[in-house]
Amino acid sequence: MIAFSAPPLGEVSLALALPLLLLASLAIAGVALVNAGLGRSRSAAQSILGSLAMISIAVIVFALVGATIADGAAGPGHVFHFSGKPWNWAGTGPIALNGLALSPMRSQLALLFEFLALALAVLIPWGSGADRWRLSAGIASAAVLAALVFPFVSHWIWGGGWLAQLGLNFSLGSGFLDVGGAATVHVLGGFSALAVVWIAGPRRGKFPKEGLSTAMPGHNAVYILFGCLIALVGWLAWNMAGALLWLGAAPSALPSTAINTLLSAAAALAATFTVTRIRFGKPDASLCANGWLAGLVTSSACASLVSPPTAIFTGLVAGIAMPLLVEFLELAVSIDDPSGAVSVHAAGGLWGLIAAGIFAPQPGQFTAQLIGVATLLGLVLPLIYLLFALLNRVVPFRVDPDGERIGMDLHELGGGAYPEFVVHRDDSYH
Amino acid sequence: MKYAGLLVMPAGFFLSIAAILLFPEPTFRAAFVVCGVAVEAMGLGVAIRGHMAPKTGRHGHAFVRGIEGGEPHA
Repeated sequence: MIAFSAPPLGEVSLALALPLLLLASLAIAGVALVNAGLGRSRSAAQSILGSLAMISIAVIVFALVGATIADGAAGPGHVFHFSGKPWNWAGTGPIALNGLALSPMRSQLALLFEFLALALAVLIPWGSGADRWRLSAGIASAAVLAALVFPFVSHWIWGGGWLAQLGLNFSLGSGFLDVGGAATVHVLGGFSALAVVWIAGPRRGKFPKEGLSTAMPGHNAVYILFGCLIALVGWLAWNMAGALLWLGAAPSALPSTAINTLLSAAAALAATFTVTRIRFGKPDASLCANGWLAGLVTSSACASLVSPPTAIFTGLVAGIAMPLLVEFLELAVSIDDPSGAVSVHAAGGLWGLIAAGIFAPQPGQFTAQLIGVATLLGLVLPLIYLLFALLNRVVPFRVDPDGERIGMDLHELGGGAYPEFVVHRDDSYH
Repeated sequence: MKYAGLLVMPAGFFLSIAAILLFPEPTFRAAFVVCGVAVEAMGLGVAIRGHMAPKTGRHGHAFVRGIEGGEPHA
């Protein structure tokens, strides 16, 4: 068994990848701003500090533990044989990034991409648990994701694991393709968000025993919409860097990847704008922001694989489905997801992965993408739920009722994000 | 019920894996993988129902989003 052979990269590609990855971190900043804006004003400081703390712990844990599992370049990996086929399920990288400086530049860039992907993945559930998820529990969940979930998924897809080798072992196209992290980042993060809202439960007063569900809108449209603009820059760089590193795309193919990313987001926003305009009489700012992000998430899966008209189509579908799904999840199945992460990241990512299979020219690619989706849905989601449910017994996710009443900023940090403002009365508490 | 749903989902995953091992013919393969994903979707549906908040009164809802301080859509 030989080590996973990553796509070869020329000098120009290597030189391009580093600045693209540095710009890609703006996607993280954008999502953190959107999360803060979609939460309430009395939890804004906790939201941003929590984002920083979760990223910090996640990258440290990944460096110490997770990178060993995720690594696909250092050795043949842990492989078992079943039905005459090799199943590469974990990497055999060095412990605690030992010898990192001496490894090839491509490996170091791939590792940097994984660090950024992890940082974004752990932020996604943070927005869904807004206003009731304790900071310590959020940090602990980030550590669990970084140590036990993300490294395996990353290895299976990016490290030459069994999903990447579906093409080689089962003649399924090019194997499972996830160039921009739709699976590794967004579906994983979206499923984590679903587990968090299930375990922590809805915000107090959100779903009263009788009557209508209570409106708990976000507190700052400027944060939300400016976060979307920042995220665009990050996503453009992210998808181009992913195309270089995981697809081995030539630098000449990068502009089309960027254009498809932009088209997908634009089509999704236009669709959500229209849907909310028709449904509510006026376009809804926060749902339009979610639509924009859903288009970007969809582009993560297929921007470097499809044509511009297809990118518009995938964005349109994401933009139409997202607000309807947000509404369905809240009203029909009582899921209180303030940031809409389940609809935006989980559903948008799954749609993008399936679309990449539908529109890919290689035979068998659709089946490979479906097997990736089946793995995420059938293996990763139950695993995340199990781990979070166990973690909840050690570090309770939900803040006590008094903390929820006064707000997470005062309760957990002792001060608010906007100290000059008086915290207003909330009709949901009686 | 939520745990039953979460247990059904891995069954769908193993069905998908069995499909690529047992069926060399691409159409059968794809069809059985789709069946595996469908089983997972059913499991997810059961898990979602298991987590739904109990309702005792009127079930009508108004979907409201918007921004805090503004006039929400209803």
